[in-house]
Amino acid sequence: MAKNYCSPLNITEIEKNFSEINPAMTAAEAMHESNRCLYCYDAPCTHACPTHIDVPSFIKKIASGNLHGSARVIFDANPIGATCARVCPVEVLCEGACVEKTLLQKPIEIGRLQRYATDFAMKSDRQIFVKGESNGKSVGIVGSGPAGLSCATYLARLGYDVTIYERKAQAGGLDTYGMAEYKMPQRVSLDEVEHIASLGVKFLLNTEIVMGAEPESEILGEVSKVSFDLLNEWHDAIFLGTGLGDTNKLNIPGEDLEGVYDALYFIEKIKTRDWESVPLGNSVVVIGAGNTAIDAVTQAKRLGAEKVVMVYRRTEKDASAYDYELELARKDGIEFVWQAAPIGIMSDDGNSRVTGLRCERTDGSLELFEIHCDMVIKAVGQQKMGSFFEKVAGVAVDDHGRVVVSEQMQTSNAKIFAGGDCANGGREAVDASQMGKLAAQGIHQSLTGENVRFAGSK
Amino acid sequence: MADLSINFAGIKSPNPFWLASAPPTNMGSMVERAFDAGWGGAVWKTLGEPIVNVSSRLAGLDQGALRLIGLNNIELITDRPLEVNLKEIADCKKKYPNNAVIVSLMVESKREAWHEIVKRSQDTGADGFELNFGCPHGMSERGMGAAMGQVPEYTCMVTEWVKEVSTLPVIVKLTPNVTHIVPPGKAAQKGGADAVSLINTINSIMGVDVDTLVPYPNVNGMAAHGGYCGTAVKPIALNMVSELARDAEFDIPISGIGGINTWRDAVEFMLLGAGNVQVCTAVMHYGYRIVEDMIDGLNNYLDEKGLASVNDIVGKSVSRVTDWGNLDLNYDVKAHVNKEHCIRCNLCYVACEDGAHQSFRFEEADGKKYPIVIEEECVGCNLCALVCPSPGAISMIRVDQGGPTQSWRERQNSQA
Repeated sequence: MAKNYCSPLNITEIEKNFSEINPAMTAAEAMHESNRCLYCYDAPCTHACPTHIDVPSFIKKIASGNLHGSARVIFDANPIGATCARVCPVEVLCEGACVEKTLLQKPIEIGRLQRYATDFAMKSDRQIFVKGESNGKSVGIVGSGPAGLSCATYLARLGYDVTIYERKAQAGGLDTYGMAEYKMPQRVSLDEVEHIASLGVKFLLNTEIVMGAEPESEILGEVSKVSFDLLNEWHDAIFLGTGLGDTNKLNIPGEDLEGVYDALYFIEKIKTRDWESVPLGNSVVVIGAGNTAIDAVTQAKRLGAEKVVMVYRRTEKDASAYDYELELARKDGIEFVWQAAPIGIMSDDGNSRVTGLRCERTDGSLELFEIHCDMVIKAVGQQKMGSFFEKVAGVAVDDHGRVVVSEQMQTSNAKIFAGGDCANGGREAVDASQMGKLAAQGIHQSLTGENVRFAGSK
Repeated sequence: MADLSINFAGIKSPNPFWLASAPPTNMGSMVERAFDAGWGGAVWKTLGEPIVNVSSRLAGLDQGALRLIGLNNIELITDRPLEVNLKEIADCKKKYPNNAVIVSLMVESKREAWHEIVKRSQDTGADGFELNFGCPHGMSERGMGAAMGQVPEYTCMVTEWVKEVSTLPVIVKLTPNVTHIVPPGKAAQKGGADAVSLINTINSIMGVDVDTLVPYPNVNGMAAHGGYCGTAVKPIALNMVSELARDAEFDIPISGIGGINTWRDAVEFMLLGAGNVQVCTAVMHYGYRIVEDMIDGLNNYLDEKGLASVNDIVGKSVSRVTDWGNLDLNYDVKAHVNKEHCIRCNLCYVACEDGAHQSFRFEEADGKKYPIVIEEECVGCNLCALVCPSPGAISMIRVDQGGPTQSWRERQNSQA
């Protein structure tokens, strides 16, 4: 890799650019904002939240000075409430539904209030929930992302012995590795993981679940491999919260050139805050127009790339990124090239480095053009791991490669449950959290016959 | 521009806004700044034997993030020497001949003591006296303040003593810490008072620090009840003013006090019979400058109503207050939800369901769920309209045909 292929900014500038976009509220802000809440009955914000947190209740508890109680209401419905307070697309969920938006054109800042209450709880020594009395049953969870963490929390509260298997060195999945750093530093996710571990949930990190045919347990480098069959033997039920696979391939020439990266890899490198190790060109092209593409362009710009261009084969209207995210990118000075399909990544003759992206207009003109750049980031969605589910876990998947689940999150194999991106195809952390909750209820019912309903399970 | 000047019981003032006897009128320099800001008159911080105060002295009542909807204090009368106050009163009156300066007085319950202080004070050129028969804390333990106002005979007696020597109009300031305000009001009138002012502050404990367990305000780990004032006491004051104003035998002017923040509050007091108003808490919160909008707002209100003088509104609502037994039982209003203004917070629904008469149901319209009034169940109590945060979303609509009226009293008589 070329020397100086990293941020040209000094640490102070970078830290400033990556300071949190939604900073913590002061006590005075929280007092004013919480008192502004109307305390709606059958509130639209609660309906809009995928985990159905009782938003008016937690806000009124902030107003009354009962922060511990406020955090309990949040975590009761959403075990990753501290993460969601920062990364949820509140504009299209709770805050988007807030009646105050229609009354005063300014919704209550629910996300920041949620952060205020959960920050208090994370710093407090008082435990909000405790592990339930052991019921002698054991559940294995594959993947420690939002779905797995949520499922594990509820099962631990019910008295299950829960073990989470995580391939990576740190737990939290995309909460830990995939959130734009200016939205949430990694520490928040790791604190939340610790909070959940304090319920007695065991985390086996650097542990990959593999086909039963492979050796039962083998140390290969730093990652242990555990066969799914063994998992099946050890546990009374299994929850799959594996998320999605690698970034999709573009299948165009030049994809393997130096300077071509997966968006998820780029974002993950930033999460280390080891700024010099983050690859960065002077002129960066990001392919794709989803929310991950936004995280890539905004962070490339914040790292100091001179020119950052977002290329998408369809129109702005078709972009899957939220409007407010596109607006953020616009404010950051990102250039947009709509209706342009990448057809090849270019390099100078005999050189393995990227020098440009060749595109074809999709507006009917078929015009060919090249964008000069020294870095290409692919943010064109993640692959489904259909084969893992079919071959390793032996559960049915649909045509899109998603694990087929019932309302109780039960798969085609009655002992195996699934939730999160692997079952919904890739949505928000908060959606995964809700699926983890429903799965915990489903597992409990399946193993004990008892019908339990957690807060916000509907 | 309407004429805002008043002649209250013989005391002339360029407008009806006076500062009440309290910290904002503690000394000459303060009163002079108040007059510069526009206040029409000021009732000086009560003169008497100088006292020693405690620290701390004030406590506030907040509503959510809104501070000081109520205030209480355990401060006593002036802690300055009498001669100093008298000199400053004289100086102030010379500088501001057109503003009203009223001297508030409180001394021990001896005829000679009252005679002496009245005589010394009226040489200052002040425009009138206000007898502090209302202070509910500290001074009352010493047989002064509310200890006078709570016994009509004492009120009458001391007023008589003052009137024996006073050459100036005498206002008697009444305490609200009585079960019925009319007897002390009439006692003041009987004693020869030229006017009354009310209300003084209400006995109160503002709250308790739940960590230290000491009530507010904390004086070295202990607390005492104090006098309560501010926005929250306004309805109590309005009732007491109107009770005196309605009484057929009571016919001296009333100076209205209690929770007045704005010109609108002042208008309400005057409509219910006050000839002027006195303000303290709002000034302690925001400063003398609030009088600018009081004057401006009152002017605009009078102009909009086509009234030439502020005196035209005095007592205009008194006849609209009656006993419950005279209210029309046939008048009937029902709540109505105006969907175009409804923000679907459903506060009307839950308030009616749990706090009133279960008169709401939900109805789907354009894919949205709206609260709707069940007219047969609605008793027209107003609760839904009171809790509704969206202006215009709930109307109370008259549904009776405007036929003959019948009060409870009339119904009782007709059944007799």
